[in-house]
This record gives sequence, structure tokens and C-alpha cells, in this order.
Amino acid sequence: MISQQIVNGFMLGGVYVMIAVAFTLAIGVLNFLNFSIPGIFMIAGMVSWAALRGGQHWPIAFGIALAASAAVGVAVYLLTYRPSSDSDPEVPLVSSLGFLVLLENLIILWLGSDQQSFPALIVDFNWRFGSIIIGGAQLLSLVLSLAFVIALSLSLRFTNLGRQVRAIAENRRTATILGVNVGSVVSRLFVLSALFTGIGGILFAISYLQVSSSMGESIGFKGISAMIIGGMGNIWGAVAGGLLIGLVEILSTQFLGADFVNISVYGLLLALLIAKPEGLFGPVAAREKL
Amino acid sequence: MSGYQTGIIVLLALNTIAAYGVYLPMSAGQLNLGIAGFMAIGAYAAAYLTNACGWPPSAAIGAGGATAAILAFAVAMPMLRTQGIYLSLATFALGQVISAIFLNLDIVGGAAGYPVATHIEASVVVSAATLVVSLVWLMSTTRLTVYFAAVKNDPLVADLLGLNVKALGVAALTVGAGIAGVGGALYAHYFNYIEAQYFGVMLSTYTVLYVLLGGTQSVWGPLVGAAIFTLVPEALRSSSQWRYAIFALFIIVFMALRPQGLLTRGLSRQRTQARAQSGSTNS
Repeated sequence: MISQQIVNGFMLGGVYVMIAVAFTLAIGVLNFLNFSIPGIFMIAGMVSWAALRGGQHWPIAFGIALAASAAVGVAVYLLTYRPSSDSDPEVPLVSSLGFLVLLENLIILWLGSDQQSFPALIVDFNWRFGSIIIGGAQLLSLVLSLAFVIALSLSLRFTNLGRQVRAIAENRRTATILGVNVGSVVSRLFVLSALFTGIGGILFAISYLQVSSSMGESIGFKGISAMIIGGMGNIWGAVAGGLLIGLVEILSTQFLGADFVNISVYGLLLALLIAKPEGLFGPVAAREKL
Repeated sequence: MSGYQTGIIVLLALNTIAAYGVYLPMSAGQLNLGIAGFMAIGAYAAAYLTNACGWPPSAAIGAGGATAAILAFAVAMPMLRTQGIYLSLATFALGQVISAIFLNLDIVGGAAGYPVATHIEASVVVSAATLVVSLVWLMSTTRLTVYFAAVKNDPLVADLLGLNVKALGVAALTVGAGIAGVGGALYAHYFNYIEAQYFGVMLSTYTVLYVLLGGTQSVWGPLVGAAIFTLVPEALRSSSQWRYAIFALFIIVFMALRPQGLLTRGLSRQRTQARAQSGSTNS
């Protein structure tokens, strides 16, 4: 029974992994807490639902959704990140919160605020290992999430763009002097982070079969918690944080009741922020600036 | 005055109070993303006191604000170990926990919401808002504002100059929470019904957004921000979704073009200088 719950927790945690990695990418490299990410997550889910309802085949629907996510990422870069390079630290944070509010209300105006059921694209199947049952769609989305994270981690380490990104994260001015085109790399990073979020939103829709205009708030904010728990700027920390949040959520549903989920998750976040603000796997010195 | 106009003025008063609850900590460099949690504490504490203990509303509202301030004071020391973005996230987490606790607290109705028996008139809300604005304005004429600004701009230098940075931070967070608590208590007694879901993260977000829209450099910034947020959409007679969408767009454009907010210290300084210069030529 308990092992079944732990498996369920990891499956749920897989949802938070993608969004936590997207957050950690923005904060680790750009030192920017991008609050538009929950909005992009929701855009990907809702746009793919709308495209599927409109009769599109699923690859086209997902392509449209990812294009919309990337477009929002570019808009956030142009309107939020770039103008605020030398202003107060709370300005980009507030502006990206503005994007979250804007995206949510535009989607409500377009598609309404009701929860919508997402069509099942994968045949419903379950695997049994002894007494443990694993949902096929959930397992697929967890595996895909981890695969994307591994691909990201490898490309950060071995590709040219990855090296440039790491150079900017290390020291932006030195990177500029050494010939890295910071503007172009940063804009591509925004697109990459938005695509990651978008894929997360689509995987959530596929495995939980429901989307709504407010899905970004509940899941996106838990993604932020996962990112902090793992340590800001640490990709594998974000993965571990996501799985841990999923586990805490499922276990507190099981033993305390569904209404206690937010108390446990955000209580854990609060306790960790106070006791160990650098996160479980973060660097020792905490960043002081926003 | 028609009921519609009264409704708008009450909304403006409540938004203004919440805005000053965000403004005070922000003037000391704390971006509080959990202000709705403190409003919830004020609202529920005051509502419980009038409903179950039979307190008069004015005393209960004061007690609601005091409860929020006491809780903020209790958590301020551990919370202010974090700073910058970590502090914002800690206040965010605290707000979520508070709202989730009220959702589960059956003594105040839990998820079903909590009706409040005693009603207060609109005039009470408006005079409370006026009181809050005048108190914050009075505070801004003291040296405290300068101290807060020093802590905001550079805690290290402020510390070296002999300011008690920790105490100032705790004071800013506590007073801000107290104001928010009063705001929540007024909300509860004017609308006679509260539910935990209302005091969610979006309420905190909107409050922070209109404070920054007005600008944090001047003491009138939050008032202007709250007024724009409340009145402009009413003038446009738009639906609430369009209201928020337009408002959000406004925030994004505004932060890109004028990140310091609508009102700045420079504006009032320019005016004072102009007045001083014209005064000197006259004499």
C-alpha cells in the first residue's frame, strides 16, 4: 500500500519536474525568477486542447501549442527581461507576474474558465508489478520528462550553445569579452525554457486528462517550490525537488486528507527557506540579489 | 449616492488599505507576496470575535489587525533570515499555508466559507482607509522613511551607519501585516461573508502589482495605483477578465517604459524646487 503511494508520488512529481527545470534554467543563468512560466504551462495545455477540439491531428495540435509557448517566451524576453536589465530587482519579477495575469485572463476570455476534459490520446493501460499498479500515461510522461532533462543536461555540457549558456551563468561580463553573443544566447534560452514548460503542460494534459485556465497556478507554484527545494539553478536538484513535492503531496493526501496538501507542501517550502535557503542540493552561498 | 458608486468607493478604500500593507515592507526592501495571508488572518480573527464573542465591530477590526501584526512579528525573525527573492518566496509560502489552514479550520466554516453577522457601513470603511493613509503619511514625515530607504538601498551600509537593520525589517513587516489585517477585517464586515479561497496568491499578486504601478518612491504611489486599478476599468465598463487583462498589459508596458512607477520622488522634488525658486525670485 505504502509502496503504491510512493510510486504515485513519483508519477505526480514527474509533472513538476519539467516546470521546476524551466524555472531553474532562468534563475541559474539569468538570475531571473520568471513568474510567466506557470502561464506558459497553462497556455500549452489549453492551446493543445483547443486545437484538438478544433479537429487537428495531435502532432499538429502539440506543434501549435509549443509554438504558442515559444512565442510567449520571446515576448517575455523582449518586454520583461531586456528592458529591465539595469532597473530595480523586483521589476522583472513584477513584469513577469503581469504576464501570468495577462495569459490567464486572455485564455479565460477565449476559452472560458471551466475545467475541460482532455481527450485520451494513449490507450488506457496499466502495468502491474506484484501489488503495484502503474498508469501507462503517467509512466510515459515521467520517462519523457526525465529524457528531456537528460538531453538538456547533456547539451548544456557538450554543445556550443550549452557552453555559452554556462559561461553567461558563470560571469556575464567575461562571457561578453570572450565573444559570446549574450543577447542571442539569452533569447534562445528563453525559448528553450518556454518549450520545456510547454512540453510539461502537454505531458500533464496527456496523463491527467484535464486542463483549465487555472492549471498553471496550482502546478506552476508547486514547480517553484520544487525548484527552491532542489536548490536554485541546479537542474538535477530541480528533478529531485519535483519528485519530492509529488511524494509529499501524495503522502499527505493519504495520511492527512486532500485539504492538507497545500499546508504540507508550502509548510515544507517555508521551513526549508528559513533553515536552508540554498536548497537541498544548491550551492552553499545563497544569492543575495533578486 | 447610488449603491454602485458606494460599492466602488468601498472597493477603492479596501484596495488602498491593502496597498499600504504591501507598500510599507516594500519601502524597506521586502517584496511581500503573501499579503493575502495577513488579510485572511485579520478577516477571520475579527469575524470570529464579532460572531462568537459578541465584540463590537470596531474593536474586532482593531483586534483583527493586531492579530495579523502579532503573527507577522512572531514569524518575522526567522523569515528575515532570508532576503531578496528568498524572502519574497518565504512570504509567498506563508500566505499559501495560512490560506490552506483557514480552508481546513472548521470552527470558522472551513471550505464552506464563514458568514459574518455584523455589518458595517461604507462610511466606516472609508474613514478607516483615510486613517490608514494619514497614518502612513505621518510616518513618512518622520525619519523612519529615511531609515527604511537606507535598509532597502544597502542593508550593509545602513548597518554600518548604526541602524538596527533587523529591527527595522521586523517593524516594516509587522506594521504592513497589521494594516493588511485591518483591511481584511473591514472586508469581512462590509461584505458579511469570507472564504479562504478569496485570500489566495492572486489577491497578493494584484496588490503588489498596483503598488508598483503607482510607484514605491512616493507615499502617494500606492493610493494612485489603487485608484487607477479600481476606477479606470469601471470607467471603461469592462468585464472583470478584460479588466485584469488590460491591467496586466498595462503593468508589462509600464515596467518596460517606466519601471520606477507612476509617481517618483523626483516629481515632487522638481515641484518643490520650482516652488522654492519662484519663491526666492518673488522675495
